[in-house]
Amino acid sequence: MSTTNVPGVNGIVQNEPLLWEKGKKGRRGMCVPASDVPEVAFPAELQGKGIDFPDLSEVDVVRHYTRLSQWNYGVDTGMYPLGSCTMKYNPKINEKVATTPALAAAHPMLADALMQGNLQIMCELQEYLATITGLPGVSVQPAAGAHGELVGMLIFAAYHKSRNSKRTKILIPDTAHGTNPASAALCGYKPVPIKSGHNGILTVESIAAVMDEETAGIMITNPNTLGLFETNIREIAEIVHAKGGLVYGDGANLNAVMGIINARKCGIDVMHLNLHKTFSTPHGGGGPGAGPVCVTEELTQYLPAPRAEKVGDKYQLDYGGPESVGRVHAFHGNFAVLLRAYSYIRTMGADNLKKASQLAVLNAAYIKEKLKGTLPLAYNRPCMHECVFSDALLQEDKISTLDVAKRLIDCGYHPPTIYFPLVVHGAIMIEPTETECKDDIDQFIEVMKMIVREAKENPELLRQAPQRAKVRRLDETMAARHPCLCG
Amino acid sequence: MRYLPHTDDEIHEMLAVVGRKSLDELFCSVPDACRYEGTMGLPAPMDEWQLTDHVGRLAEAMQVNHTYNVLIGAGSYHHNIPETIRTVMSRSEFLTAYTPYQPEMAQGTLQGIYEYQTLTTRLLGMDVANASIYDGASALAEGLLMGLRVAKKKARVVVSSAVHPHYREVARAYLEPTCYEMVELPVGPDGRTDLSGLAAIGDVAAVAIQSPNFFGVVEDLEALGKEIHAAGALFITSFTEPLAYGLLKNPGTCGADIVCGEGQSFGLPRSFGGPGLGMFACRDEFVRNMPGRLVGQTKDLDGKRGFVLTLSTREQHIRREKATSNICSNQGICTLIAAMYMSSLGGSGLAELARLNYSKAEYFKAQLRAKGAKIVFESPTFNEFVVEFKEDFQPAYERLLKMKIVAGLELGKYYPEHKGRYLFCVTETAAKEIIDAVAGEVKP
Repeated sequence: MSTTNVPGVNGIVQNEPLLWEKGKKGRRGMCVPASDVPEVAFPAELQGKGIDFPDLSEVDVVRHYTRLSQWNYGVDTGMYPLGSCTMKYNPKINEKVATTPALAAAHPMLADALMQGNLQIMCELQEYLATITGLPGVSVQPAAGAHGELVGMLIFAAYHKSRNSKRTKILIPDTAHGTNPASAALCGYKPVPIKSGHNGILTVESIAAVMDEETAGIMITNPNTLGLFETNIREIAEIVHAKGGLVYGDGANLNAVMGIINARKCGIDVMHLNLHKTFSTPHGGGGPGAGPVCVTEELTQYLPAPRAEKVGDKYQLDYGGPESVGRVHAFHGNFAVLLRAYSYIRTMGADNLKKASQLAVLNAAYIKEKLKGTLPLAYNRPCMHECVFSDALLQEDKISTLDVAKRLIDCGYHPPTIYFPLVVHGAIMIEPTETECKDDIDQFIEVMKMIVREAKENPELLRQAPQRAKVRRLDETMAARHPCLCG
Repeated sequence: MRYLPHTDDEIHEMLAVVGRKSLDELFCSVPDACRYEGTMGLPAPMDEWQLTDHVGRLAEAMQVNHTYNVLIGAGSYHHNIPETIRTVMSRSEFLTAYTPYQPEMAQGTLQGIYEYQTLTTRLLGMDVANASIYDGASALAEGLLMGLRVAKKKARVVVSSAVHPHYREVARAYLEPTCYEMVELPVGPDGRTDLSGLAAIGDVAAVAIQSPNFFGVVEDLEALGKEIHAAGALFITSFTEPLAYGLLKNPGTCGADIVCGEGQSFGLPRSFGGPGLGMFACRDEFVRNMPGRLVGQTKDLDGKRGFVLTLSTREQHIRREKATSNICSNQGICTLIAAMYMSSLGGSGLAELARLNYSKAEYFKAQLRAKGAKIVFESPTFNEFVVEFKEDFQPAYERLLKMKIVAGLELGKYYPEHKGRYLFCVTETAAKEIIDAVAGEVKP
């Protein structure tokens, strides 16, 4: 029997049309206040014909989005071991803090004296991030990790320009984050790919062979996207510095090393952090995030402006000097995201942040150990916060990594990151984070083992998965060949 | 710590499995020379109740708080936000989901973005809109870079100096390390962009105009668009107040090629300037040069409608350094909020709210004129306008501040030629009594 005209799909999950397929002309979903001033006619020659939005009642709208929400899976639903994404639990108190009326209603262009509370939060958050990384200069303006990378590259460009040093290339290892080459290219740098060594980490020799005085520096992700610590980072930084280059540390994987490493001592000059990963702010189905940038004392003058500072017992905005790369956001970055991260750091304190990193690594190491007999490990080295398996065994059964991922959906899990990093064939990259307890991790391990057994015993179960989600596998090729981007 | 679920026994069990004696030993691959010395110097942890008190004190330190009437827009607007948005959009299925890389378990986010894209194209009169980028300022910067890609081999972009000063700063920062040049056009005495110098600039890929512009003035986009196209350049429009299109001709109707602006007015609090919503749209023929994510409609194996991220061959994770942009996120929940706001208002509600904003501003202008103040630009404005007072307005500003009214933004910092003049904004949230109170403090 077709279920097309029946509202229930799977128990309580409801079908729901597109917004403009429902409603009736003349309905209204929110109040427009009655006017207390005379109506004035707008000049006809500039006036439009009106916008074709659907008219919906409040109930229409609320049900619409509630039903949509039920087709989604979030960290609050269950385990989300998406490698490189640090899908840790998002504390609820942070949401309350972010919506504090006096802070959330603030206009961003008032005089410093009128907005001391928000400036204090910005200033203190800058200090905390400086303490955590060991890099004293911080700008909280970048709105996302990739935005932070762009700021890092703008700083590289400004630094080299100030020294009249023309540099055209940048070194990017094959285990760096995927955004790095595009961020560097925006600043006119040509990425030079560097192969990681046989054990998954960079060798000193591979950098020494290519680093020259036409190269602006290196963008290095540490721990890298294989979940391995780049043990040679100090020696690599020395080589880059000796040729006048700078070292960019992609801090997307900071969740492995809070209170464990000092970025400055690793030789890193510029580093962005992802507050939506390490500092627990919710991902919102793709954003908004925040990507503050931390730099050494010597590079502080190049940071975006304005930044908050404390003078005496007052807070103010410092608009920087001519060396600053300028402004990268209309105002002060994603302040509501900064507030959540501030709240998280104040709740955790130094010891708990370090403990979070330790437990994130323990959880990943435990999964690696328990699953290494089931799936082939990409590299059998001590892992940090994530572990990476290959599809070598699955291939024997003509099962793809994608099939395993889709089967996990039927089992009630968000799949790990798949097919990344590119250096591992059919990669399955698992990052449990510290907020998953041992019971839930044991259960996940059992389910992974079950799926690998099913790959041999009942492969159709994997190939046909998911069968219990809102939709079955979607035709992505059709979506790209015949784009239908609006209705 | 309540977010860290491991008991000591579990930690020991797990360490035994991985063959380590202690948590520290897990980090044996980290060289000593890289290590953090001692404990991080952070404040002691607070429990939920201590944190609530602490944040309460920070809120008290905001001299201008939510009980004030802030008559400033300038890219960050105070509009009513219905309770439905706060309630429904704080659902954790939306809030705690990642980017929809596994579409079968993210159809809520994906359909929501597809609807946002659709409502955005209707609002702006364009063919295609992306899933949003960071904010209005970075949207302009990305729009200019896109214009340079589409135009190929041209070296300059031109931006009206009536575009938000911060947006121009951001565009300049993005362009600084490139080989491209940004030139600014002056504003005429009517508060509108003066295009007369355009012909002399040469090698121009695109011209960007904001409407309503920073001074609140509605530009004659249709006329500007014709001139810009005649000069062989792409026509980019920017905006900070999308509500205006409930009343004004939208950019698509006026011939815009690329439209980029800020959507904060649609259901997002001012939040000290962020997060906002970078709305970005273009004509069909340019879609493969567009930055940012796109959601498209497709079918599942049973032929059922569904949605996926698509055209990712433009994006950084596939195209690496040849990508259209390095952006690899969107404003996620903010797009859903904006779509919920647009659909809650509906077409007729949008028009009614826009007219109300316009009428309030016209009433405010009339009250100020009656006190002898000059409305600097006579051209039509939307909900913002620039005022020149006969006497120094600062004492009145201070008096009004004591009455919990922030009376406009002094422009000297942004435009030295307008020093002493104030940019005012009134939306539906400003009652007539507040407007009258401001006018009452003006010395005739």
